[in-house]
Amino acid sequence: MPESTHGAGLQSDVDFDVIVIGGGIAGTVCAYLLARAGLSTVVIERGEAVGSKNLSGGVLYTHSMRQVFPDFVEQAPIQRRITRNYINMLNADSSFAIDYNDMSLAEPANAVSVLRSSLDSWLAEQAEAAGAFIMPGVRVDRVLLSEDEGVRRVVGVQAGEDQLHAHVVVAADGVNSFIARQAGLRGKEPLHNLAIGVKSVIGLPASTIEDRFGVTGDNGAAWAVVGDCTEGLGGGGFVYTNKESLSIGIVLRLDALAQSGKTTTEVFDHFTDHPLIAPYLAGGELLEYGCHLIAEGGLKMLGEIVSDGLIVVGDAAGLTLNTGLTVRGMDLAVGSAIAGADAIRQAIAAEDVSRSGLSAYRSQLLESFVGKDLKTYATAPDFLERPRMYGDYGQLLAEILHGAFAHDLTPRRHLATIARAALKESPVKLKSVIGDAVTGARAL
Amino acid sequence: MNGMTVAECLARDRYILDERECHIEVNQEVARATGTGKLLCRICPAHVYSEEPDGTISVEYAACLECGTCLAVAAPGALTWHYPRGGMGVQFREG
Repeated sequence: MPESTHGAGLQSDVDFDVIVIGGGIAGTVCAYLLARAGLSTVVIERGEAVGSKNLSGGVLYTHSMRQVFPDFVEQAPIQRRITRNYINMLNADSSFAIDYNDMSLAEPANAVSVLRSSLDSWLAEQAEAAGAFIMPGVRVDRVLLSEDEGVRRVVGVQAGEDQLHAHVVVAADGVNSFIARQAGLRGKEPLHNLAIGVKSVIGLPASTIEDRFGVTGDNGAAWAVVGDCTEGLGGGGFVYTNKESLSIGIVLRLDALAQSGKTTTEVFDHFTDHPLIAPYLAGGELLEYGCHLIAEGGLKMLGEIVSDGLIVVGDAAGLTLNTGLTVRGMDLAVGSAIAGADAIRQAIAAEDVSRSGLSAYRSQLLESFVGKDLKTYATAPDFLERPRMYGDYGQLLAEILHGAFAHDLTPRRHLATIARAALKESPVKLKSVIGDAVTGARAL
Repeated sequence: MNGMTVAECLARDRYILDERECHIEVNQEVARATGTGKLLCRICPAHVYSEEPDGTISVEYAACLECGTCLAVAAPGALTWHYPRGGMGVQFREG
């Protein structure tokens, strides 16, 4: 165990400068940056290997990762560069889509599809090469607290019968963060801030994927689906192309799911078996089935993230952003790891790892793209709770287009006339359309 | 999915079963009184929870995918849920 070289304001007898709990993106990147700065760092991971407990939908926006690893896209085990963004409003037997194809999104790669088992194990290798110690197969049960003049301070962790001490503990233990809860930084989250993601990875030959999704080489497609994919519940569906597999899944807001009386797996089956979706999966082999809880509250979920001797990063800090068209979490995790590692480095150098000594983490996070984007999209979660988004609009658009494309012997009408008639039939009212357009334009 | 049952889907996943420790416990009385029991059966993507003919909720903890959704929706006191011991439980090969 490395010896601490720090004096006065720090504990004298520590096993590591920093203990990182959890080997996800936030944890491994934070450990990499700390080790590179010369701090003795350990990552404690409960899976048998780093990456084995981790799951995401699968699209990573690379900007923050490239800040840490300039050659990330070339070196890391990514799947495909997303050049085709396809937004699909799905109804029971019709759909309306926006197809945004742009080769310039490949260079530099703006977004890539990833599978976390291989990606996170690569990140752990980078941290290890920089000098961090990786400890897999160990579950941290709780943080160790010391009480000094009425101030409770995190001084290490308890894992089974073992105790490890450090100047700073980083809670990177994911969306359920038992550590942040134990430290009193987070309470029980209201259901409208949470969603369940369910995903299957389906193996298909690369050539089949390229033919079906209209992509070539390393390029790939990301589908965002709303409407009938969730049977109208708040949330959405996605299909992402990997090298030789598809990630297909749904995200369901827990309040809507709980109230609906529906069963999660039935909604998922409804999507994967949908007549307009199933052909893309045909002949594929299920490689893995998994799920993940998602924090969707945006800025309002970012609670206390700094305590004496402790910071909270990534999903554990509630850092996920649903902007309507994109759901981001992994790039924000990297942003929090950068701000966190920087603040820890400064705090240890100044020998003050108290809440105020570590407070630069919060201010740097809020000043970074993470804080700015959280503020920009602060009203997006409320907007996206409007139920019309998940059914009525798709149906309305399909009616209008049906009027334009379906030729029978009735006299033709102008599109505006068709739209007015369709709106009259639809449960959506013109006032709501205008209201949603104005609020949506402001929120998104 | 693809006509597969949830059990068949889960059979594709890799698990290391902890035979010594069950990480999930339902308080039957609270689960019944609050309706949490039926909610868990509906919401869990791994069908860990099922309702027996007498109304009690049985737990197949070995199938757990460790997402934590059950804990998020459970009424206070209805469920004790923590992660399995280190190295145990589901081990994603894709993720």
